[in-house]
Amino acid sequence: MKNIIQVKNISFHYPDKPLLFDNLTLDVHEGEWLAIIGQNGSGKSTLARLIDGLIVLDKGQIIVDGLTVNDQNIFDIRNKIGIVFQNPEDQFVGATVEDDVAFGLENRQVEREKMHEIVKKSLMDVSMLDFRNRIPANLSGGQKQRVAIAGIVALSPKIIILDEATSMLDPRGRNEILDLVYQIKKDNQLTVISITHDIDEAANADRVVILNEGRIIDEETPENIFQNTGQLQSVGLDSPYTSQLLAALKHRGIKPQRSYLNDEELIAWIKQLISKK
Amino acid sequence: MGVIILSGVSISYFLKGIRPLIWLIIFTVLLQILFSSGGKLLWHFGPFSITDQSLINGGFIFIRFLLIIMISTVLTLTTTPLAIADGVQTVLKPLKGFHFPVDTLALMLSIALRFVPTLMDEMETIMNAQRSRGVDFGSGSLKHRVKAAVPLLVPLFTGAINHAENLSTAMEARGFTDSEHRSKYRIYRWQMKDTISWLVFLAVGVLVLGIRKW
Repeated sequence: MKNIIQVKNISFHYPDKPLLFDNLTLDVHEGEWLAIIGQNGSGKSTLARLIDGLIVLDKGQIIVDGLTVNDQNIFDIRNKIGIVFQNPEDQFVGATVEDDVAFGLENRQVEREKMHEIVKKSLMDVSMLDFRNRIPANLSGGQKQRVAIAGIVALSPKIIILDEATSMLDPRGRNEILDLVYQIKKDNQLTVISITHDIDEAANADRVVILNEGRIIDEETPENIFQNTGQLQSVGLDSPYTSQLLAALKHRGIKPQRSYLNDEELIAWIKQLISKK
Repeated sequence: MGVIILSGVSISYFLKGIRPLIWLIIFTVLLQILFSSGGKLLWHFGPFSITDQSLINGGFIFIRFLLIIMISTVLTLTTTPLAIADGVQTVLKPLKGFHFPVDTLALMLSIALRFVPTLMDEMETIMNAQRSRGVDFGSGSLKHRVKAAVPLLVPLFTGAINHAENLSTAMEARGFTDSEHRSKYRIYRWQMKDTISWLVFLAVGVLVLGIRKW
């Protein structure tokens, strides 16, 4: 599989702070959903900002879709990457929903006629067209994140980075946003990097990377990552709901073979248990 | 008057607009009536005097105040802040020739207007949070009140800086470089209505200049 992002031996530190990344290497495959999980301060968001060239590397090299992240390429790279940030309020630039979606297009000096077409289509994609004249103060957090996604979809990037985009939403808003990004990813064959501490969000990824204090301590499929609940706990992360359920069952004398199953597997396993009795 | 009726804004809004300024209006009008000299003397007591001229002057001032308030009410009620920001940008456009950063100013204005409700909400939250911790806003001496505002203003200020930082990152990530090299999503087109209103404006203006004597 082609690597769309290559992070090669990078080092980085914030001013007056110790080295955050020391010789970090990470590949992101084209078309995958990659989840990066880790505690606060593990460097997840910093990594996203380095990939987009919002902050500058100390050492090493990052290549995005064949282009090295540097001052000359920066705008081409930002054309390929769309980031949805954590706080829905702070990334809303426009005075109304449609102005906000148009912001990125205005920056690229897209013609007005075309812009109106794209804005309409993007808002339709996130089912926010009826809200196009609303001001941000009259939208919920989830709706604002939808607008943020529309603003990115309008620019048709190859890569979407969700930088804890669901962490300030209620459970329903979170599921809606994730379903939406999943749909958009499928329709446009995008690569998604989701940065999160929500373990259930990571469970739906193709691959999970655990980042701890600037180092990658594991990269695996969610199934394999979540088998190792001890490792998750040692870096301060929760285990997924199904793992907790299995552990509780084990505690009560019912022995599962594995310590992680997804929802369907778990349901099948319980049905099987019952039918045996 | 025609403008006010055409705008379809209800009279109660105008009264609301006038209310906070009512004392200023009464004060100025009285001052004008009681202290201006000239004309036929109607009544006087010590330094105060009322003449027919001063009554007319007072009336003029009253009408002037009324008109200023009413026209500004019409503007603020019929036009969205967004449209006003765009209007400012259009009006300032000629200053571009003097290297005045019109686009930047317009962007600043539109972001500022967009964040007004956000910061209002935040102020409310901070006020309630501080109240729940025992800060008493709005009672006590002036000195006490000023002191009580500090735990409100400082968090609001740091919050605003946080907003600014996050917003600038988000703007940059979406390809913002500077406000010059951008296309514009919104456009205001000159319509028949504009021509009509300008013609009326010019006609009234000429008429006023004509009957004005000096």
